[in-house]
Amino acid sequence: MTATLERPAAARRVGAGTGPGRRRLRNRLTVLAFVAPAIIGFLVFFGYPLLATIFFSFTRADGLNPPVWVGLRNYVHLFVNDPVGRTAALNTLWLALVLTLLRVVFALGTASVLVRVRTGVGFFRTLFYLPSLAPPVAATLAFVFLFNPGTGPVNTALRWLGVDSPPGWFTDPTWAKPSLTLLMLWVSGELMIIMLAALLDVPVELHEAAALDGAGPLRRFWHVTLPSISPVLLFGVVNSVILALQFFTQAMVASAVAAGSADVVGNSKTLGYPGNATMTFPIWLYQQGFRQFNMGYAAAMCVLLFLVSFAGTAVLIRQMRNTSGLGEAR
Amino acid sequence: MTAVLPRRRPAAAYRRARGSTGFLEWVAIHSIALALGLMFLLPLVFVCLTAVMSDRQALTAELWPRQWQWANFVTVFEKAPLLTYLGNSLLYSGVATAGMLVSSVPAAYALARLRWRGRNLAFLAVVAAMMLPPQVVAVPLYLLWARLDLTGTVWPLVIPYLLGDFFSIFLLRQFFLTIPRDYVDAARADGCSEAGVLLRVIVPMARPGIAAAALFSFLYTWNDYFGPLLYTAERPESWTLSVALASFRGMHRVEWNLTMAATVLVMLPALVLFLVAQKTFVKGITFTGVKG
Repeated sequence: MTATLERPAAARRVGAGTGPGRRRLRNRLTVLAFVAPAIIGFLVFFGYPLLATIFFSFTRADGLNPPVWVGLRNYVHLFVNDPVGRTAALNTLWLALVLTLLRVVFALGTASVLVRVRTGVGFFRTLFYLPSLAPPVAATLAFVFLFNPGTGPVNTALRWLGVDSPPGWFTDPTWAKPSLTLLMLWVSGELMIIMLAALLDVPVELHEAAALDGAGPLRRFWHVTLPSISPVLLFGVVNSVILALQFFTQAMVASAVAAGSADVVGNSKTLGYPGNATMTFPIWLYQQGFRQFNMGYAAAMCVLLFLVSFAGTAVLIRQMRNTSGLGEAR
Repeated sequence: MTAVLPRRRPAAAYRRARGSTGFLEWVAIHSIALALGLMFLLPLVFVCLTAVMSDRQALTAELWPRQWQWANFVTVFEKAPLLTYLGNSLLYSGVATAGMLVSSVPAAYALARLRWRGRNLAFLAVVAAMMLPPQVVAVPLYLLWARLDLTGTVWPLVIPYLLGDFFSIFLLRQFFLTIPRDYVDAARADGCSEAGVLLRVIVPMARPGIAAAALFSFLYTWNDYFGPLLYTAERPESWTLSVALASFRGMHRVEWNLTMAATVLVMLPALVLFLVAQKTFVKGITFTGVKG
């Protein structure tokens, strides 16, 4: 079919002088055909809903009746008199700080070990990466079981090691978020692989030169390795912050299972269990928007989430443009 | 921009540059690696061991099954309509992945190798869209699908993939950029149309990249919880495995053994997929980093 389309165009180009024009037109049509589905997808599933969310955030909407304009009332409510919303925002902030820091350090640490391993690199890499493939719901169930306070293997081992009263993990408000963080470290294999590739890309000559100058391993790590992989570190930070901002599945499942409930959508007893310690911003958003149908209020939360994550995205895009000519397709 | 993986030679050179290391360092590094490896592996081991315990033993602190109750893997199918959920998961992941390939490969090629006004802007839009949390646009989309009467099914999750998936477009573009421009130019000089270049040059050469994109989108949809929960929570017959698994334990009291058996079954496809296609995975992941 392509052949039949092409021959007349080529033949005409030789005869009439309209060649370049026709060619440009055809080129344009090709581009259009290639990108049209994606552009429609972008407009329908991203552009429109983003604008609509901003509109809804200034209204009272329940999905059934037409939205009613309420000005800034949703935002005032969010910032002033929604204690659960504030707890949820603080929990998400906690995750954005602690989870990000630990995840980046842990991934870099495991990658640094891998880069020095000489025997069985492939074996260890597979082992370190494997858990990150487990579906989040499955991984969370596994962790809640492992860390269950009474008979879980972790507390069994701790008691055997002589810890008299090991923590309640997912059932203890103090330990619930750290437990979720441990879970996320267990599945941080993807970031580790990215870090590993970056570590292997550090020019060998730099290390040799530094070693000749008498720099020890620590100083070489600080002055050679870290600066060389800084783009990937930034990627890891932004990626982890965004992961923390949308943290939903693991907290949702862990709280429901730890509270011993059958309710998939959660209820007042399980959401945020124990004591709202696992109530994240997206969970509260889900609860407000899709269980209570306060969709205008949920939209205001969406706008806030959008602004914060967009800031992170912008930082990353800027850096990508600087270091590797993003959007640079010669 | 290229070069991703630990190929043997650079890695060896890299290690040499860190100074010759003695036996002690070898032992230290490998001990740490082994300890880390156990840390990563043990949770999976305990899950598997518990999955074959008896109900009563799973409630004790014992770690090793007294009798190996393989029948648990059969019992879970009797306790919950897992095959229905499996069907829903396969529908979601399968159709979404196939649709992603049809819609995203041409778009990624246009972003990588065609010249057109607005291309850089379009690429920035793709990057921005793929990084934003899915919750941000959930409210209007939910209302849209409700008006089309498609809530309660997985279609609201599948249909967007038929119109391009931002992350896949990004990943595919990064791969396409590594294919030397000369091949594309040569094909064009031979009178190949752009569609011909894409199908006869780019697709065959980027097969590993396309496989990686397909794997990632399959896994992402297979693992997705927020989406199916949002649209199918009220209709159990539309649940995917993830949603069903989340409710499994509650529905069946505290039968940890059966819960862990179901967990193993849900984890299995992803783990097997990885062990079969490990290289594709690792290559794909490194491309999602900042290598541009």
